[in-house]
Amino acid sequence: MSLPSRAAMTSELKLHLESVQAKAISSIRVSQGEMTVLANRASIVKLLEFLRDDSPCRFDTLVALCGCDYPTERERFEVVYHLLSMRLNQRIRVKIRTDEATPVPSVAGVFPVANWYEREAFDMYGIIFSGHPDLRRILTDYGFEGYPLRKDFPLTGRVQVRYDEAQKRVINEPVRLVQEYRNFDFLSPWEGMQAVIPGDEKAGEAKK
Amino acid sequence: MADDINHKSADLDLDDRKFTINFGPQHPAAHGVLRLVLDLDGEIVDRVDPHIGLLHRGTEKLIEYKTFLQALPYFDRLDYVAPMNQEHAYCLAIEKLAGIQVPERAKYIRVIFSEIGRLLSHLLNVTTQAMDVGALTPPLWGFEPREQLMVFYERASGSRMHAAYFRPGGVHQDLPPELVEDIHKFCSPFLKTLDDIEALVTENRIFKQRNVDIGVVSVQDALAWGFSGVMVRGSGLAWDLRRAEPYEVYSELDFKIPVGKNGDCWDRYLCRIEEMRESIKIIKQCIDKMPVGPVLPEHSKFAPPRRSEMKNSMEALIHHFKLYTEGFHVPAGETYACVEAPKGEFGVYLVTDGGNRPYRAKIKAPGYAHLHAMDHLCRGHMLADVSAILGSLDIVFGEVDR
Repeated sequence: MSLPSRAAMTSELKLHLESVQAKAISSIRVSQGEMTVLANRASIVKLLEFLRDDSPCRFDTLVALCGCDYPTERERFEVVYHLLSMRLNQRIRVKIRTDEATPVPSVAGVFPVANWYEREAFDMYGIIFSGHPDLRRILTDYGFEGYPLRKDFPLTGRVQVRYDEAQKRVINEPVRLVQEYRNFDFLSPWEGMQAVIPGDEKAGEAKK
Repeated sequence: MADDINHKSADLDLDDRKFTINFGPQHPAAHGVLRLVLDLDGEIVDRVDPHIGLLHRGTEKLIEYKTFLQALPYFDRLDYVAPMNQEHAYCLAIEKLAGIQVPERAKYIRVIFSEIGRLLSHLLNVTTQAMDVGALTPPLWGFEPREQLMVFYERASGSRMHAAYFRPGGVHQDLPPELVEDIHKFCSPFLKTLDDIEALVTENRIFKQRNVDIGVVSVQDALAWGFSGVMVRGSGLAWDLRRAEPYEVYSELDFKIPVGKNGDCWDRYLCRIEEMRESIKIIKQCIDKMPVGPVLPEHSKFAPPRRSEMKNSMEALIHHFKLYTEGFHVPAGETYACVEAPKGEFGVYLVTDGGNRPYRAKIKAPGYAHLHAMDHLCRGHMLADVSAILGSLDIVFGEVDR
């Protein structure tokens, strides 16, 4: 018995999704043999439900859900869902975009495991999930302020913790660095250079 | 009047039964720093609210500020009972993005040490889970071979736990032939040790009373709650990434995937014991099949030059310097690479922007999803079962809190 190759399965699945879920999906791309679906934020719950129940998909496990920050873009956050089908042995990645203020519909109703992953994304990036049963911080300290994985959050953090002998309790105070935080730039000035020598812009044109 | 009093006391009794307790953050059966807020009705668990993050070190943030090579040792500190398995996922992600070819010998070495990691983790889990339910001897027996395995780690990498041995493109250094011999010599006596531990634990009356039919996971639950590894295999689903998405040389090796039947704590224990036997089989095969050759790609931008070469070649010296200061560049892209770590699917979602640092590295730890299901698994169980279930989930806080 010969099984269809992984590449064939992926391209078949791509065609299938493009035809059935055209409204929910804005584009599909395949790189490194992994399929990435860029989806519309509003229809994410419906889409994941479809991916879970549809027979050629059967993505019934949510492997991971995470945020990603691109501060220069209009909608700076990306929410990435990694799905796995143990029955059909295939994976898919679904991405949607959002910003600080716009809530993302929670998928905790589709995959119970999303509950904690969404709490983590909220904790780390401040992405708001609407309809989430229990959107509390999860990994950071009780009473923590700020969103540590955002690109504009300093690596050293903003507060440091110590035990105060006078007050007999643990207190938070602004970070005091003995030495300024040093961010070394090791990027080579040579290798990143374009292969165009100044004054030699027309070298390529001559060949044409 | 009399009725009123009776009514009141009945109310009081009802309230008396309900109370909330803290399990941890310091508790020997919590396997680390876990705070469980338990709502109890008498001795029956009504609700479990795990509070995690007490060991949160911001690994993902730190990785964004380090070069690809500097970020590698952070992976040892995630699941610190099987460090090399984590490094493996990270190296696979980089290799996938940068298109690095791993030499054949390095693949075998990686498999050997991944399986040693599995032994380390399962030995710890099986024996301490037995301790959670009242047995004291198993850890004493299990930790002896564990110590030997850590010595193998040390002899290969120079460190008992935080190895930083797997590198993008292979492993840091070749194994000395004596070490390979000693690993081979370790295998058969270890099977005997396993038999001894099994004789002590498997059919033990108390152990079975505490584990059989406790924390039952159905296949539907396992999928919905994002379980992986032994947690799905214990429920009878033969899902193992070493088979499903074979990496390194697993497709050429002969091993079985043990599966459970009932999905309870006892089945998961049995799965782990069987997996250790399979790991020994894999290690033996690898030692027999392992070819001679380089362990890092030669003449590659991703691997350091040989020390002898550096003495004579200016280019090699420059390359060495640039590799350990600037680090190598990985082409822009994104990938998800995962390995079958002892605890389940350990994955790394790596986003790169073409620079010398990861733009984003999401660490998918199996324990995170497993611990999340504590509430679901413990409801309706007795208080004493909480520690049995927690033990059989195989939680290590390094990877849950990151």
